[in-house]
Amino acid sequence: MANVELTNVRKVYGSSVEAVKGINIAIEDGALCVLVGPSGCGKSTLLRMIAGLESITDGTVKIDNKVVNELGPAERDIAMVFQNYALYPHMKVYDNMAYGLRNRGMPKDQIDKRVKDAAQILELTQLLERRPKELSGGQRQRVAMGRAIVRSPKVFLFDEPLSNLDAKLRGQMRVEIKNLQRQLGVTSVYVTHDQLEAMTLADILVVMNAGSVEQIGAPLDIYEKPASTFVASFIGAPPMNLVPVKADHSGLVLKDGTRIGAEGLSIPATGALIGFRPEDLEVSAGTDTHIGGLALDLKVLGVEPVGAESYVYGIIGGERVVVRVPGRSTSNTDDQLRVIIPKQKLHLFGADGKRI
Amino acid sequence: MASSTRVTFPNKFLPYLLLAPQLAITAIFFYWPASQAIYQSVLREDPFGLSTQFVGLDNFRRVLGDPNYLNSLQVTVIFSVATALIAMALALLLAVMADKVIRGKGIYRTLLIWPYAVAPAIAGMLWLFLFNPSMGTLAYLFRSTGYNWDPLLNGDQAMVLIVSAAAWKQISYNFLFFVAGLQSIPKSLIEAAAIDGAGETKRFWTIVFPLLAPTTFFLLVVNTVYAFFDTFGIIHAVTGGGPGKATETLVYKVYNDGFVNLILGDSAAQSVILMIIVIGLTAIQFRYVERKVHYG
Amino acid sequence: MIQNNPVGRLIAHVILIIGILIVAFPIYYTFVASTQTLQEILRPPLSLLPGGHFWENYSAALFGGVGRIGGVGVDRLLFNTLVMALGIAIGKICISILSAYAIVFFRFPGRMIFFWLIFITLMLPVEVRILPTYKIMVDLGLIDTYTGLILPLMASATATLLFRQFFMTIPGELVEAARVDGAGPWRFFKDILLPLSKTNIAALFVILFIYGWTQYLWPLLMTNRNDMSTIVIGLRKMISFADADTEWHLVMVTCILAILPPIVVVVLMQRWFVRGLVETEK
Repeated sequence: MANVELTNVRKVYGSSVEAVKGINIAIEDGALCVLVGPSGCGKSTLLRMIAGLESITDGTVKIDNKVVNELGPAERDIAMVFQNYALYPHMKVYDNMAYGLRNRGMPKDQIDKRVKDAAQILELTQLLERRPKELSGGQRQRVAMGRAIVRSPKVFLFDEPLSNLDAKLRGQMRVEIKNLQRQLGVTSVYVTHDQLEAMTLADILVVMNAGSVEQIGAPLDIYEKPASTFVASFIGAPPMNLVPVKADHSGLVLKDGTRIGAEGLSIPATGALIGFRPEDLEVSAGTDTHIGGLALDLKVLGVEPVGAESYVYGIIGGERVVVRVPGRSTSNTDDQLRVIIPKQKLHLFGADGKRI
Repeated sequence: MASSTRVTFPNKFLPYLLLAPQLAITAIFFYWPASQAIYQSVLREDPFGLSTQFVGLDNFRRVLGDPNYLNSLQVTVIFSVATALIAMALALLLAVMADKVIRGKGIYRTLLIWPYAVAPAIAGMLWLFLFNPSMGTLAYLFRSTGYNWDPLLNGDQAMVLIVSAAAWKQISYNFLFFVAGLQSIPKSLIEAAAIDGAGETKRFWTIVFPLLAPTTFFLLVVNTVYAFFDTFGIIHAVTGGGPGKATETLVYKVYNDGFVNLILGDSAAQSVILMIIVIGLTAIQFRYVERKVHYG
Repeated sequence: MIQNNPVGRLIAHVILIIGILIVAFPIYYTFVASTQTLQEILRPPLSLLPGGHFWENYSAALFGGVGRIGGVGVDRLLFNTLVMALGIAIGKICISILSAYAIVFFRFPGRMIFFWLIFITLMLPVEVRILPTYKIMVDLGLIDTYTGLILPLMASATATLLFRQFFMTIPGELVEAARVDGAGPWRFFKDILLPLSKTNIAALFVILFIYGWTQYLWPLLMTNRNDMSTIVIGLRKMISFADADTEWHLVMVTCILAILPPIVVVVLMQRWFVRGLVETEK
């Protein structure tokens, strides 16, 4: 077991394209760290630098307190699960799992024991003699996991391992990966662009954007206190509503000129964004103002009932917003609603997108 | 993964070692002789081989002004165009038919591909057995109808004979490509055309044939190159370039001038001209490959 | 299929059968001739059915003792041709797979230059540089040797390009997985690349074997001694329409023997060959 420490890690392609811009992350022994962000944010590059598949331009990568910058992937004692599984098509499941061990010169009986143990854990015992072609997507995924497990490495690296599965299977495998990682206690780094996967799997969540870290923390902390508008709109589905607001001499003005009560908010002169989660709005029956909350007028554009809840799409102060209402919504298109955001659920971001 | 981000092994020395055998063979047997050909094409050797002198583009000028050369250029063009057209038309017809039938596809294919394995020279001999005036059965049938068939004396008939043999051998190759091309046309397009009311013939000419264009074009280039070079054996075995110079193609003339008549400068100049022709054809082909990538 | 027109299909069958007859007839005719006596062959028209001299003619050609072409037996010619065809096929596959491996899976200075150096040879057949190449062979003392027959014909890029194209379809992840699994360049080549290339190798083998077997101009120039000649050249030397002594029935037998091996290879390995052919040239 081992910790992983990244210090000022940079990746520059060619002479000027900076894919990863000085990243610092410390992952404790046994923790599962998820790197999440939109495509092209540098998360995969970072993972591949930890794996030793990409060279490190600057900074250090430490595994188990040892700098591994100059080591090849096979010498870092890591195992990796790839997006497209990368199973060797001409080898049986057994050989796929055994290949890495054989290359390390492990005795045959030991290989056999490890492969069979891993197969047992992953319920692959019946499939050991098959070739990857003869397996379903979920089974291939398991084999890829198996290939990582048999090595009992210091670190597991996952590169969007579930992105090729259908939604149902993805949910199932997510739980399995989480349990397996807990059970084995191996430090893991997991890359995904799916915020739901990130939220549910992570011990530590790293939100990345354009080669930099936007925020690091426990998933729920990030959800509740996003450090920037980027994080606010990336984590959570539907994303947080963001309504621009300006302050003038007599109060607060929204984009379309609507004036609202200040409610003790201090808005910088350059303007700000008011943020609120779709589930944090209360729909008020009348026109009364709620004590300790921000009251806003919402014009309904449409309602989507999805069963357990309904999404009400509307406009506040010229900005589109979503409201999540439990059960069925009684609103109709073109209704005018008064909604109230409780003060403690209100997020405020400066013009630069940073949390105030 | 795009080729620019292709995953590779970090190794400085090994790739050169891996490339060495092919590079060595290419250098010794390709670049060295090719540069020799270019070098000799600007030299003139006296008849006794005692001295050589630099003559610039004289050899080219003489070759291109030589009626014999222009004749063989004409022969080559007629031969290549006729061979390519006949071989491709027959192959396309057979491929379209094979695409239509349900039973026996595999058997038809097996029975159609084997001429591919026959050496061009032998293909020529087979046709000569059939058509030579003294013992060929088909020649006998021709003559018994009163037709004066003698490809050994009549230049046009000699041309017909070698075109037949060359085209015959090439049918299998074209057939395989047309079959593959036809299979790659989405069935839904044909169905859409059928719903739009196009009959079978109309469907072929308005949908299938245009969509086959990449294959057709590719085969046109390949067949031309084949007719230029690979058919040397046919001509050498069947007509020897004759009667007269009626079937002397460019490649045959290079051989004849270089090895039989020993006019080295002219032969080298002809080699260089041939190289330029092939490079031109290759360039055309690559434009096509590029286009195909864009559409594909 | 849209049209389920039995008449159309019948016509298709008929046309295909005519096509097959055209394609097969010259070979069939030669086979028929190879089972006749010399006298029957010289007196056209020939019967359309095989004659009764199959064993007689074939054993005379194969084991006749007396070599028919300048004292060399057909067996020797077939052997020479086999060596040449195998040499070209195996040699070219070996050098090509290695160079394609270098070009696709490594990054090194000069990579693109080397690629183009090889690539340019793609469509310049030996015929266009025939005289200087011949001179080099004379200088190297390679006339009348197998090396001389084989090596120069290996200098072409087709196989390299096919392997390169195939290698480019191998996902980068597979390379990375192998690296994480501790496989270096050699292990990756041996354990992963080679097994995955099996069908390509088989297809190329067929194509190159036939290429080698059917060569004409090069062996014509490279061999002076009859015992180094190939079957195709030998056959050419046997034929003379002017010469009344030409033993046509044995020529026919030799002809069949010369075309049989490559036909067997093509038909038996049809599946790989067809795939390989269509893929190579794209």
